Amino acid sequence: MLQHDDPKGEKQMEFVTLVAGGQSFCIEITQIREIRRWSPVTLLPHSPPYVLGVINLRGAVIPILDLAAKLGFSAIAPTERHVIIITAIEERIVGLLVESVSEILGVQTDMVRETPKTEEDAATRAVEGIIPVGDNMIKIINLDALLQSTVATAA
Amino acid sequence: MTDTAILDAFFEECEDLLVALSDGLEDMREGRADSETVNAVFRAVHSIKGAAGAFSLDDLVGFAHTFETVLDDVRSDKLETDDELLRVLQRAGDILANLVDAARDSNPADRDQVDPVIEELQSFLGSEAAVEEEFVFEALSLSFDDTGNAARFVVRFRPGQEFYATGNDPALLIAALQALGPCETSVTSADLPAEFDAFTWNDGYLTWQVIIADQQNDLAIRDVFQFAEDLCDLQISEEDVEGAIPDEESALPDVVPPVTLEPADDPTPELGVSPDTPTKTEKPIKRAASTLRVDPERVDRLINAVGELIINQSVISQRIDEAALPNSAELHGDLDDYKLLAREIQEGVMAIRAQPVKPLFQRMLRIGREAADATGKDINLITEGEATEVDKIVVERLADPLTHMIRNAVDHGIESPEDRAATDKPPTGTLRLTASQRSGSIVIEIIDDGAGLNRKRIKEIAVSKGLIAADATLSEQEIDHLLFAPGFSTASVVTNLSGRGVGMDVVKTAITALGGRIAISSVAGQGTTFSITLPLTLAVMDGMIIHIGGQTMVVPIASILESIRPSPADLAEIGLSNHLLRIRGDYVPIIDLASRLGIAPSSHTLTDRVLLLLQTESVSQCALAVDDIVDQRQVVVKSMQGSYGQISGISGATILGDGKIALIIDPDAIAAVQSTERNAQIKARKEMSHAAT
Repeated sequence: MLQHDDPKGEKQMEFVTLVAGGQSFCIEITQIREIRRWSPVTLLPHSPPYVLGVINLRGAVIPILDLAAKLGFSAIAPTERHVIIITAIEERIVGLLVESVSEILGVQTDMVRETPKTEEDAATRAVEGIIPVGDNMIKIINLDALLQSTVATAA
Repeated sequence: MTDTAILDAFFEECEDLLVALSDGLEDMREGRADSETVNAVFRAVHSIKGAAGAFSLDDLVGFAHTFETVLDDVRSDKLETDDELLRVLQRAGDILANLVDAARDSNPADRDQVDPVIEELQSFLGSEAAVEEEFVFEALSLSFDDTGNAARFVVRFRPGQEFYATGNDPALLIAALQALGPCETSVTSADLPAEFDAFTWNDGYLTWQVIIADQQNDLAIRDVFQFAEDLCDLQISEEDVEGAIPDEESALPDVVPPVTLEPADDPTPELGVSPDTPTKTEKPIKRAASTLRVDPERVDRLINAVGELIINQSVISQRIDEAALPNSAELHGDLDDYKLLAREIQEGVMAIRAQPVKPLFQRMLRIGREAADATGKDINLITEGEATEVDKIVVERLADPLTHMIRNAVDHGIESPEDRAATDKPPTGTLRLTASQRSGSIVIEIIDDGAGLNRKRIKEIAVSKGLIAADATLSEQEIDHLLFAPGFSTASVVTNLSGRGVGMDVVKTAITALGGRIAISSVAGQGTTFSITLPLTLAVMDGMIIHIGGQTMVVPIASILESIRPSPADLAEIGLSNHLLRIRGDYVPIIDLASRLGIAPSSHTLTDRVLLLLQTESVSQCALAVDDIVDQRQVVVKSMQGSYGQISGISGATILGDGKIALIIDPDAIAAVQSTERNAQIKARKEMSHAAT
């Protein structure tokens, strides 16, 4: 994770916050390549319901996942107003369809809390920590954990 | 250059040298050899030994040394080249290549293989030489003081322009010679022009002469000149001191005194060879074909960029079509030029990666010979079309499947000499490995003149393994294809060669992964032919653009036999929803692509649709029902494995002219779904009947 010292000498991280399935999540900014408006995708046969299809990103074929559906919420019906976050982990590039992207959040590392132990589901498995912001609570998505199961089902 | 890069370069060079060695031995075997051939063979082994020594590849050096000693005797006519010797030399060549492979993979040498050949080689050397063998490896570059028959050697060399241009220095060579034993060194300056104006900066004028005493043979001396041999005129002769130092030396004593160790620091004025120098040998200086070693990644980047160019070209064509411009010939002409250029650049770039199959084929010959030896069969191995060029990756990935098939052909295909004699065949079997280019594909065939496939036995095995029902009626072609079923093996006896758990299914998987196909044809008693059809390149293919259920997809042209608009009379129903196409008296299954891929079913009836008759591996022929054919064009194949994973029935994706993605279907996988389903049903039925009894 990207960490750098702010003037006060504390570790600082930056996240992009987003809404999927009506809940607030965030993804570390270094894992995000770009944010695009929704555009029609090419369907993939025999794909799980959360796999929307593939798009052409400047010559590369990128799969697009519905983040809400992937996390176990009801699927997003994509419109022009929806947003795709292009994420990259190592060589792997995947687009995530979300309801909206809100802001860039800078937080001190000591603000990140461990995820409370709850009954495990798709969403809690993919959350690696939570950040309380005012009255709100934002969940950090662990892309590795999120995407691991995608490859497993696809392969 | 890092160490590994140097080592890689060494192995690449070895590959070339092994080809030269193999060619030379082949010529010798065919009786086409002259003294130069024998020299070339010797040099190849010698160069491998020299370079291997630098990397401390001791097994390789040791073997190469024995090999080389025998070749040296052949070269100096001490040994007569009879069939027996040629056979041993060829085996030694095979072993040398194996040792190079082993060294490349950092594997230990297979002593069981190597030692007998060393012994055979040594049996050709006199007992004296054989004894010498035991300790001479390390001592090679040292003097042979302790041997009785030491002689004096006269080394005369005249560096050419290239010698200096490549950074060589006569002083170093002379120093190396002096390390071998007592030396007398002198230089002949007879060719120095008398007039200063006559100097050409690019020429060399000096001939060095070194007389070395106490040498047993010229091997050590040749070692010194290993990297300079082709760059200078070199003469090495035994005890030829008279007149060795020409008189002219005294004519110019003050210009060039006899040199001991520190000759010209600045070699530039002494370059070149004048045409009528007395030291000039008959042999012209051999130049290696000029090649360029490039990091494959750079080529890949270029290929990707060209791929984008091709896409861009089709985008522009499409845009211009859409603009519905008046038929202004100029723009269309320019566009055609652009297309041609793009195509040309693409072909040029692809050609960079292409390389002849020759080294691969030679390796296969080796494997064939080893297999023949191991099985005690007499087999004549023939290769054809060695110059055919294939993508480097294809060449690399073909090695394993071909190895397996060659071994199979030798082990199972060709009968033993006795069996052959019993069927009026010549006792020597023939195995041909051919490569050729046919309309955009490379075809590699492995043809044996053995007994042919035993279809009855294949079927029995398939039934016993539950691959087919006992009462199934299969066409000959379908039976042949059972060979590719996973886990299938016809070997009733597991021999040393086959039955190592690698089956033809692995071969097929490897070929399919290269975008190729494999087919079998076999005539009982006359032999079997395996044909592998491969695309010329991996990155681009000819595709048929089709519509299906609102989606655009690509079907590889290579697998399409024809397209048909069926009339109702051509169609037949079978079961609830299955259809058959009647074509030329045959019935082939119709596969509805939309329902197979789980996308929105087509609203069209079959008669409104187009059927693509496909040639596939799994069910020989089938007809693919699609909504419409849009176009036929070259597409750039993009893999989806990296970012998404494998999808059943889809081999990749491409980007169309409008920037949209179209999936490329994998006809074999589409057709295979059906046959595996059928096989699963048969299996289930079998299990049920087992459970019932």
